[in-house]
Amino acid sequence: MKKFKRFVAITLIFVMTLSLIACSSPTTEEPKQPEEPAEETPAPEVDEAEGKEGKVLNIWGWNDEFQGLFNNYFAGKGLVPEGVEVKFTIVPNRDNAYQNALDEALLNQENAPDDEKIDLFLVEADYALKYVDTDYTLDIIKDVGLTPDDISGQYKYTQEIVTDSKGAIKGTSWQATPGLFAYRRSIAKDVLGTDDPDAVQEALSTWEKFNEVAEKAHAKGYKMLSGFDDSYRTFSNNVSAPWVDENNTIIIDDNIVKWIEQTKEFTDKGYNNKTSLWDDQWAADQGPAGKVFGFFYSTWGINFTLLGNALETPLPEGVSATGDPEAYRAATEGNGIFGDYAVCYGPQNYYWGGSWLCAAAGSDNIELVREIMRVMTCDKETLTTITKDTQDFTNNIEAMEALAADDTFASAFLGGQNHIKLFVGSAKGIDMSNISPYDQGMNEGIQTAFRDYFNGTVDYDTALNNFYTAVIEKYPELKRPE
Amino acid sequence: MNMEKRKKIKSISYAKWGYIFLIPFFAMYVLTYFIPLISTIYYSFFENYMSGLKQIGPNFVALENYKSILFDSDLPKYAYNTMYIWILGFIPQITISMLLAIWFTSIRLNLKFTGFFKTVIYMPNLIMAAAFAMLFWALFSDIGPINNLLVLLGFEPYRFLSEINGNRGLIALMNFLMWFGNTTILLMAGIMGIDSSIFEAAQIDGASSWQTFWHVTLPSIKPILVYVLLTSLIGGIQMFDVPQILTDGNGGPDRTSMTMIMFLNKHLYSKNYGMAGALSVILFIVTAILSFTIYNNLTEKDVYSKHRGHKMKGGKNEK
Repeated sequence: MKKFKRFVAITLIFVMTLSLIACSSPTTEEPKQPEEPAEETPAPEVDEAEGKEGKVLNIWGWNDEFQGLFNNYFAGKGLVPEGVEVKFTIVPNRDNAYQNALDEALLNQENAPDDEKIDLFLVEADYALKYVDTDYTLDIIKDVGLTPDDISGQYKYTQEIVTDSKGAIKGTSWQATPGLFAYRRSIAKDVLGTDDPDAVQEALSTWEKFNEVAEKAHAKGYKMLSGFDDSYRTFSNNVSAPWVDENNTIIIDDNIVKWIEQTKEFTDKGYNNKTSLWDDQWAADQGPAGKVFGFFYSTWGINFTLLGNALETPLPEGVSATGDPEAYRAATEGNGIFGDYAVCYGPQNYYWGGSWLCAAAGSDNIELVREIMRVMTCDKETLTTITKDTQDFTNNIEAMEALAADDTFASAFLGGQNHIKLFVGSAKGIDMSNISPYDQGMNEGIQTAFRDYFNGTVDYDTALNNFYTAVIEKYPELKRPE
Repeated sequence: MNMEKRKKIKSISYAKWGYIFLIPFFAMYVLTYFIPLISTIYYSFFENYMSGLKQIGPNFVALENYKSILFDSDLPKYAYNTMYIWILGFIPQITISMLLAIWFTSIRLNLKFTGFFKTVIYMPNLIMAAAFAMLFWALFSDIGPINNLLVLLGFEPYRFLSEINGNRGLIALMNFLMWFGNTTILLMAGIMGIDSSIFEAAQIDGASSWQTFWHVTLPSIKPILVYVLLTSLIGGIQMFDVPQILTDGNGGPDRTSMTMIMFLNKHLYSKNYGMAGALSVILFIVTAILSFTIYNNLTEKDVYSKHRGHKMKGGKNEK
């Protein structure tokens, strides 16, 4: 008995100590070993640099999207120099965990050993400026060494988002994420008498017309939009000033007020289904049982989220349009409402989402970082291949225009429409000069606070007051307008 | 001589081993409780937060943080929310627990399988609060199973998570479900500690069940009741995980389910240690005052039952 007790005690102590240790260690995900290429043909610039370059390349992100692309189109081509280990650290976005972890690592960058320093990290547009407007990121031209020529093929707005207050470009992206309005062909036929994208666009080209169609759809028993936040980005990306002025005072732009007014009207008249982005009703509205006219969605949203939600039975694991076209066709044809969606521009140009690559100050792998940025975000050929493989819209004007003009390029999901053509048109009109470092908190805050107003729980002033309270909790330096 | 004798006795004292064995506890206590406690109080006098990647402060601002929390924030509202939800959950919790405890211990009823029932009612407490909240969030969502059931039975669907009462009610319900088993076990221990001859005497004197409960059981388990009330109150003030998960950290419609600790958590987004520290200190003081008042009110008036309470041996009669 005594022995047993001692054994239990020791085990407990061991377990407790272990859990303490386990809690303190960061969650570093071991990278999938990039498949060893058959023939090694490293780029010459990288060869020269070998010797002084670090042995470990640390890349931080919040999901494995870039990791997948990197493995396929960079490491898979043998572009990682021999002896360099690529280490991905993935921290999921939830509850701001990614930014918290990234902040801590960047603040500690100077003291970290060379092989643990972050070399490359990913950011999203809504908080890009938080990192871009500091010395923790490098100028991709002056410091990293890309030439203005390299990035001349990119969409201008993708550079505006990562331009700091002194005018230096501090990041670069492989994708552009212009948004469109994806509508149900069958519902458009019922409501407007046509499902032709040009005719539908004509009917939705301004907000006044959009509201008229909403009324017609409502009369036929449909909802125009699913939830409160669906049209949010189309308004918030066309504001006339940033969220916060130079005195740290919060500004509610007229366009945001327009979104509030329109959404309140839609809710009161029953034009929407009272959902919020990402909740299960919202997803269900996009599926076979949905009665919603359409959704504002950008590139990734249409080809991944909307497509997934539109299916009755999910795609089998590993089936993709490029991997196995036959199996893909078999799995999608007649599955839910696959093929019933089409896209048009909608009333206003906007973008939604996207990821940017930033080079971290203190990186000991600048040469490799430059090479990754050049191949993954500037190289026309790579970007064309990515679009062809994944249907995603990539950040190269020439490549995208070539695909837009290609009549053989079409999306089966959109009933044979060439969505790239519309994305090209939409991407040109995006102006993101009014971005601020607070966009993430502001966008989330206003959507949350005004949900109560739309639901009828509180009046306008209370919702506005709750919005100010919530964002000032997040950003104590900000002030309410007088 | 006398002195020497005492010395001798002292020399074989094992007291030092007691102290040695206490060292790990005190080391851990100082490291994980005392130092953070002091530093929290210390930081509450500073302006100290992160603006993006920029550290603001620490600048000494004296009582500025306390002022802005007490006079400029919605703290009273969050305190009201917290108490409202706690009472909403505690009233059914104590009622049901008392009822169950009396049934389970009643000699007259002599229920079978009490061990089984005790296990079952304790079960919800074993589930992680966060998982429990996620489960309710899914069950009561706008198109969740509960609403499907309502529609099936011919009712209008109710948007639980978009309504003030829906949100508060669900949180209270979850707290009740998670804690009534625990309370039942505690109360049972209290009741079983009462000398059974008192019950017999009451029976012989012709007391009804209600009279027995009111005049015998209740006064005798007062210390246990105080303990239950106190721990539940402190738990209530610290209510966090269930509402946090259920409302996704936003505190439900119009921040009406925002509890005080959720408000505290909000300040940690910008690592605002000054404000968060001040709020923690305020909560600490409030909890201390509440505990003292209740403890004093409920224990010192009745010396007799207090005395007996201390002698009580919980679980003596348990099989």
